[in-house]
Amino acid sequence: MRHIISILLENEAGALSRVAGLFSARGYNIESLTVGPTEDDSLSRMTIVTRGSEEIVEQITKQLNKLIDVVRLQDLTEGKHIERELMLIKLKTESGEARDEYKRLAEIFNGRIIDVTDDMYTIEIADSSERLQAFIESVDENAIVETVRSGVIGIARGSKSL
Amino acid sequence: MELTGAEIIVRSLKDEGVKHVFGYPGGAVLHIYDAIYQQDDVEHVLVRHEQAATHAADGYARSTGMPGVVLVTSGPGATNAVTGIATAYMDSVPMVVITGQVPTPLIGNDAFQEVDSIGITRPCVKHNFLVKDVTKLAETIKKAFYIATTGRPGPVVIDIPKDVTAEKTEYLYPQEISMRSYNPVVNFELDQVERAVSMMLSAKRPMLYTGGGVILGRGAESLTAMTRKLGYPITNTLMGLGAYPATDKQFLGMLGMHGTYEANMAMHHCDVLIAIGARFDDRVTGNIDKFCPTAKIIHVDIDPSSISKNVKVDIPIVGQVDPVLKAMINGIENAGQQPDASALQDWWKQIEAWRATDCLSYTQDSAVIKPQFVVDTLYKETNGDAFVTSDVGQHQMWAAQFYKFNKPYRWINSGGLGTMGFGLPAAMGAQMAHPDATVACITGEGSIQMCIQELSTCLQYNLPIKIITLNNGYLGMVRQWQEFFYQKRYSMSYMDALPDFVKLAESFGHVGMQIENPADVEGAMKEAMAMKDRLVFMNFMTDKTENVYPMIPAGAGLNEMILV
Repeated sequence: MRHIISILLENEAGALSRVAGLFSARGYNIESLTVGPTEDDSLSRMTIVTRGSEEIVEQITKQLNKLIDVVRLQDLTEGKHIERELMLIKLKTESGEARDEYKRLAEIFNGRIIDVTDDMYTIEIADSSERLQAFIESVDENAIVETVRSGVIGIARGSKSL
Repeated sequence: MELTGAEIIVRSLKDEGVKHVFGYPGGAVLHIYDAIYQQDDVEHVLVRHEQAATHAADGYARSTGMPGVVLVTSGPGATNAVTGIATAYMDSVPMVVITGQVPTPLIGNDAFQEVDSIGITRPCVKHNFLVKDVTKLAETIKKAFYIATTGRPGPVVIDIPKDVTAEKTEYLYPQEISMRSYNPVVNFELDQVERAVSMMLSAKRPMLYTGGGVILGRGAESLTAMTRKLGYPITNTLMGLGAYPATDKQFLGMLGMHGTYEANMAMHHCDVLIAIGARFDDRVTGNIDKFCPTAKIIHVDIDPSSISKNVKVDIPIVGQVDPVLKAMINGIENAGQQPDASALQDWWKQIEAWRATDCLSYTQDSAVIKPQFVVDTLYKETNGDAFVTSDVGQHQMWAAQFYKFNKPYRWINSGGLGTMGFGLPAAMGAQMAHPDATVACITGEGSIQMCIQELSTCLQYNLPIKIITLNNGYLGMVRQWQEFFYQKRYSMSYMDALPDFVKLAESFGHVGMQIENPADVEGAMKEAMAMKDRLVFMNFMTDKTENVYPMIPAGAGLNEMILV
């Protein structure tokens, strides 16, 4: 099962490597990992997407909680939540048809064309990982020059917070 | 008053109540050693290799329950200490290790004796700190001791660049510290305890399985009281020996790979398993799919990640072992229920039948010294009251099987990491902490050579350790596995070109004894123990072919032991 784990951790040098090291040392898998600042500059917020059986994910959250730099942690997938991932994708647009098609596709996926050259579109989409994957699958694979994905961030729905 | 970083370190150790520091100087820690030179409150013990500093601090910690403290230099000083840090980590031993670091402006420049100590130690410490600001130094040391000694204990490394030890700041050692990101477990769920008590009292074939956590959590007394009140059988893990008196009738001996037949069979057939401060290690469970097939499991542990890690448990209790045990005793006393006396009687009858196989029996004939007989003799000559350290291998198992520990903190061995070379330096730490006690190191001719240089430290600090070397000329446990599982292809397990240990001990200024005849074992042991102020290196030439029995082969369940 896929799990999204949200972590508030001390904004200390080495905190990221403690988390990454835990995953590699114990053989847990990381599908994506993002980290960034929060409104409190002493804290960072990290989001990890991982896969594993219930037992493994239980161990992952327990082991993460044991890290001294981890302040709080939440498995977002245990409740209602919103996930977003940002993708920048560069597509070859050699024909007018291709340009029309990708413009329309970008609209369908609530994306924006953020850079245009004679034969290239760069499209930005922020959505769930699943939707980003769907976009990638709907364009001609030979047209894709480059894909950059931010990894997933997420937040609980409603008043619940970490 | 303004102090230098170096002075702050030494003052902080003093204010933390530290009496001994085990270490070795070097360039990056010269300021700290200068500060040590100018005071008398903290005694520094100079080892001969940084690995030994960590093992000595470890032995000090395990024999007292106090944190062990280590001071080493940057680069090779830190890397040499890693084995000892990992050893302490695996066995949850409270330890604070101060490593020197190159000056802050040089960090990352591949400076002389620079290594990323924080990176190297990260996977084998409870936590580590790099202190770049002298004003954070005292607070960081306080945090290190707080983290090392609370919750599930463990080693904490503080890496301190040389320039930080020269800078000055106002010294203020915090009395208390709290950390928003670290809140060790204090409370436990009382209703879980009530559920556990009710399950315990309804058991027909109960079994107590307790580990090193009971010793670390100072719960031995409560454990003994509860076990006696219940009248249930009890087994201890390798790490848990001494938490329950080994000479007591209810004690079935150690369990696991080289545990007793009765302990392992009782585990396999029990209907309620009460696991306390134990972590279901693979050397204990054997094949996990065959582990305790008929049991409901109660598990008490301070570390939530230990619970349901290897074996799914029915009633988890996360808490400090002693308060939980006291709550259990209280629950038992106030329950309107007694243990099922007739079921218990049948259960004990079955256990006594298993016990009657006498799985640890051996015959000491007149030809060659049996290693078990040496440990037996040590046990008798020390009235079971010595601090016993061991290295790793066959001798370690015989020590665990044949020395009957009636008190906690007496048995000191590297159970988790299995570190050869641990025994002698650990004995130094125990002897520093208990200058008047008998400290024996049971070792083999392989293990002892891994930290043999420490004989020099023992002379310098008058540590009258009794080294009991069971010398069979083989890396015995390796040889045993090669005999059983590799058709006797004894690849590299033969110890050729051994030194003359008697002369070697003498050259270090100690007493050496060579014992080759079974008839001389008792006399030699008496003679050695009578030398209260000398280190005695006893080289027992033991049976080369003796194996450790009983044994659970890999992949087998606890009920599938090889008896002889």
